[in-house]
Amino acid sequence: MNEPEQQYPGIAAALGELVKRDLSLVVKRPGDVLNPLFFFGMVAALFPLAVGPAAEQLQFSGPGVLWVAALLAALLSLNSLFLADFEDGSLEQLLVSPVPLSAMALGKSIAHWLTSGLPLVIVSPVVAMTYQMSLAVTGVLMLTLLLGTVSLSLLGSIGAALTVGLHRGTALLSLLILPLAMPVLIFGARTVSLVAAGDGVAGGLYFLAAYAMLMISISPFATAAALRISNE
Amino acid sequence: MWKFFHKLASPPHFYRIAESLLPWFAIPGLLLIGYGAYAGLFVAPPDYQQGDAFRIIYVHVPAAYLSMMAYMVMAISAGIGLIWRMKLAHAVSAAAAPLGAWFTFLALATGSIWGRPMWGTWWEWGDPRLTSELVLLFLYFGYMALRSAIEDTTKADRASAVLALVGAVNVPIIHFSVEWWSSLHQGPTLVKKGGPAMDTAMLYPLLAMIFGFTLLFGALLLRRVRTEVLYRERRKRWVRDMILANTGASK
Repeated sequence: MNEPEQQYPGIAAALGELVKRDLSLVVKRPGDVLNPLFFFGMVAALFPLAVGPAAEQLQFSGPGVLWVAALLAALLSLNSLFLADFEDGSLEQLLVSPVPLSAMALGKSIAHWLTSGLPLVIVSPVVAMTYQMSLAVTGVLMLTLLLGTVSLSLLGSIGAALTVGLHRGTALLSLLILPLAMPVLIFGARTVSLVAAGDGVAGGLYFLAAYAMLMISISPFATAAALRISNE
Repeated sequence: MWKFFHKLASPPHFYRIAESLLPWFAIPGLLLIGYGAYAGLFVAPPDYQQGDAFRIIYVHVPAAYLSMMAYMVMAISAGIGLIWRMKLAHAVSAAAAPLGAWFTFLALATGSIWGRPMWGTWWEWGDPRLTSELVLLFLYFGYMALRSAIEDTTKADRASAVLALVGAVNVPIIHFSVEWWSSLHQGPTLVKKGGPAMDTAMLYPLLAMIFGFTLLFGALLLRRVRTEVLYRERRKRWVRDMILANTGASK
């Protein structure tokens, strides 16, 4: 009496299902997407109030301020990346499933980027407009955010996996991730500043793209290892 | 050869070997530092541009070099611990982190003190090496914070090892991305084509300081790993036997 051989989904199918599940969870809890966006808008609104509304000053500090705001907003949403799954036990199901855990980690990062990075890119022109940025500069800002938030989601998932299930994980997560995110911030903000000063963009964009590729190749494995350790 | 390493990996053996190795690091290290400090402060001629202010390099350069060296030691032993599940390697990286953080702090403090007369400011964000040292300090803090946040030692070892490895991949990237900023820092004078661009009367004390600091780091590391091993094995039989034998108490 042989058991009927069980059909496992392929890696790609499982990854797609995971992303779909995370996206439908977000539809049920829109706050997870909206709160970081509001946070991004609030931080961007704080600076002109703090340093004064002069247009040249805003144009000058805009790229840096928006990038810092984006970094903090990404960090805010990373905290809950694995938390709900950890609490309701679905993380353990991912751990024991026959699909490679690194593929599942990649799926979580993709879902995270779709629900945090991409919305940031979409709302960034509105905020950039209030900073008196020209159309060309706004375009570059969106491009750098597009490439940079990919790296942030992937990098952040390592940190989130390391701190999942720890008390007071939020502050720790920031301490782990912010120093590592420094290259993304530098190149993201500096590229926009350079364009605003009338310089070329290619170098900075190439760097951001290369860094995103590096993170795509490292992060799923590091996240998987970290998830295994956190759930031992 | 392999047998030696296997023996070394066992905590009681390491504990004993480290004790006998310690003076071999500590004594030459302190002698070199003593010579380097004296020759650097009193014998070496003042710099034709910087005057006596340059003498801070005798602390600054070794500290900066060791801040990175300690991170490498930490990351490599974390990798060894993660791959071969070697507990001693984890103990080494746990012991290396605070040392590295202190050397980083020392490099930052001396760099800042040197910057005051040279640049006219205590801190200069435009200097890439100062900035990347600061990021390195935060990387050490993150590593130590993660370690102390996890109560279970084995789990803390493995989680922090993953972080150390991810950090090790990132450290050169952080360094070079910060370097893209226009630099105020002195160009490399020591590691350069055609030999160091420095007078021998200045160079020898510096080399003595670098080797002395490295040996001192080795000695401190051995000392810290010994303590770490002792703490981790505190419930083991060999520790109890050793303490009983040392104190002469009866069972």
